Amino acid sequence: MSEALVTVRSPILVLPATNIDTDQIIPARFLTTTSRSGLGMHAFADWRYGPDGQPNPTCSLNDPRAQDCKILVAGDNFGCGSSREHAPWALHDLGFRVIISSSIADIFRNNAVKNGLLPIELPAHAMRVLLDSAWGELEVDLLGSCVHMPDGSKLSFAIDAFARHCLLEGLDELGYLLSREDAITAFEQRLG
Amino acid sequence: MSAAAKTLLDKIWEQHIVSPETAAEPAILYVDLHLIHEVTSPQAFAELESRGISLRHPERCLATMDHSTPTLAQLPGGGWAEIDGSAAKQLKTLEENCRQHGIQLLGLDSPDRGIVHVVGPELGATQPGMTIVCGDSHTSTHGAFGALAFGIGSTEISHVLACQALLQRKPRSMAVTLSGRPGPGTSAKDLVLAILARIGVDGGTGHVLEFRGEALASLSMAGRMTVCNMAIEAGARAGMIAADATTYAYLEGRPKSPVGKAWEAALEGWSKMHSDPAASFDREVHVDVNNLAPMVTYGTNPGMVIPIDERIPQPEDESAAKALEYMNLRADDQILGKPIDLAFIGSCTNSRIEDLREAASIMQGRQISSRVRTLIVPGSESVKRQAESEGLDKVFLAAGAEWREPGCSMCIAMNGDRAEPGQYVMSTSNRNFIGRQGKGSRTYLASPLTTASAAICGEIRDPRELLREEMSR
Repeated sequence: MSEALVTVRSPILVLPATNIDTDQIIPARFLTTTSRSGLGMHAFADWRYGPDGQPNPTCSLNDPRAQDCKILVAGDNFGCGSSREHAPWALHDLGFRVIISSSIADIFRNNAVKNGLLPIELPAHAMRVLLDSAWGELEVDLLGSCVHMPDGSKLSFAIDAFARHCLLEGLDELGYLLSREDAITAFEQRLG
Repeated sequence: MSAAAKTLLDKIWEQHIVSPETAAEPAILYVDLHLIHEVTSPQAFAELESRGISLRHPERCLATMDHSTPTLAQLPGGGWAEIDGSAAKQLKTLEENCRQHGIQLLGLDSPDRGIVHVVGPELGATQPGMTIVCGDSHTSTHGAFGALAFGIGSTEISHVLACQALLQRKPRSMAVTLSGRPGPGTSAKDLVLAILARIGVDGGTGHVLEFRGEALASLSMAGRMTVCNMAIEAGARAGMIAADATTYAYLEGRPKSPVGKAWEAALEGWSKMHSDPAASFDREVHVDVNNLAPMVTYGTNPGMVIPIDERIPQPEDESAAKALEYMNLRADDQILGKPIDLAFIGSCTNSRIEDLREAASIMQGRQISSRVRTLIVPGSESVKRQAESEGLDKVFLAAGAEWREPGCSMCIAMNGDRAEPGQYVMSTSNRNFIGRQGKGSRTYLASPLTTASAAICGEIRDPRELLREEMSR
């Protein structure tokens, strides 16, 4: 069970790099945890901190304005690489509720929607606008499946109906699967 | 096209549908085999515990320890060096979870332990036509047996533990057909790197790739696993190769393979698990691998890859330029001759006995460059025993390499095996991401032959050169 996500309005944090992999989002050395909480402090650790452990002043994640950002806009193929759910856990813990990219890797997207993190894919022309709109205010409306762009226009996005339903209601899929136990049992009986 | 013609994906999918997908709801897909390791499972077990849910089918689970395990031998008095408190807790947590729920665990003392994607096939747990999942993206490896195998997150692990099923939309299908005969000094790794060069690191997103063509039919199961292993590096949901006589020969007599009448029945079923000749795919890609040269990456994702005798290409965009900057490489330079500090031969991509034999064929009678540290990490205890029975360990040690215990080791660098900032590693693993092999590390991905050649020479060298020398020796 996670909190319901209906509308998110916030400034956007822009990471223009393409192919941001999950090793960037949460380096493997932080994966020896047995917990899913508290990972935000390690999110993008090697981008945010220099070799001496001091914050890197050129990293936008260290900008004071980043504190208020719930929407992350990133270059193509965001979340590629490993299946670690620690990536969406860390981003959520850092305060993000929406990830927007022209393409989001399959496993990351699957993991995100199970953790109250809305993945949105937008076409290249919209991405060009957003990648140029760092810190600008954006409104994401999951109920209407649309993004209110900085110029006032409204842009629809596609999202799996079931994922949308779960995010809007803050439902988790395990409850749903457990409710279908009879079907699973019937399938197993057919298997023999 | 015949209406009845189906792809291998279609056939496996249909056999595992508990309930079909609709616009409103995904399908419920039954899972035959659930592989488990220490890093991504503790949160899933904790979720079940907090909700008081028991495991549906512990006998369909197989657990191993690989990611955070040490690769140095156990200390004389027992216990392990280089294992920190949190890694130790993670391993202990897996032990407790497996004991509590009755799951077979290949623990640190098991003679069958190893990397999850090496031991599943070794034990015969991985079989054609199955659905196989694991909280690990390289689960695609098992597709080499004609199975539908894919990585899942920890929440989905809890779903499989509780229900032996997952909510899934059916992925699209993509045929990747290789034509031609690769050149000398190449192996499966070069094939899959060539595929990545062709389709890119997100070319497979949303798709299951079925690899086909003559170059694959002649590959051993180890080679096929190498190819399917890196399907995920194209962003694919899974990779697969239809089972054939090579697959059956590999599986016969393995501990978890069916025997007797069950084996005959299994063969009968498996023989149908291939794409029908008239089946159509959502996408089809052809990759010409005729005269393929050894491949090596030069950037910070596996799609940034070139034949070893070509020059580093001009960056296409700012991210590619940053990748070159991180690697401290210049466009138009040759990749040949670039120095390396470490060589790593191992990982779920290239740690099987065939891979070690290739590396040994280069190292036999040669000395590793004094400026290179070389780690050779077998994929499993079984691979280690086999290598030692063939004397490969002696070849490696005589050449100056370190012969380690099985595990993921420097592929993911979370067990203490890692490169230092700025160091160059040539690696047989699967990811050259920034910092993947240690903070600030720089990775060149290549085959075991190419990696062993670089270890010997202290710089990137064409393995065909060393193989020629060997023939004239």
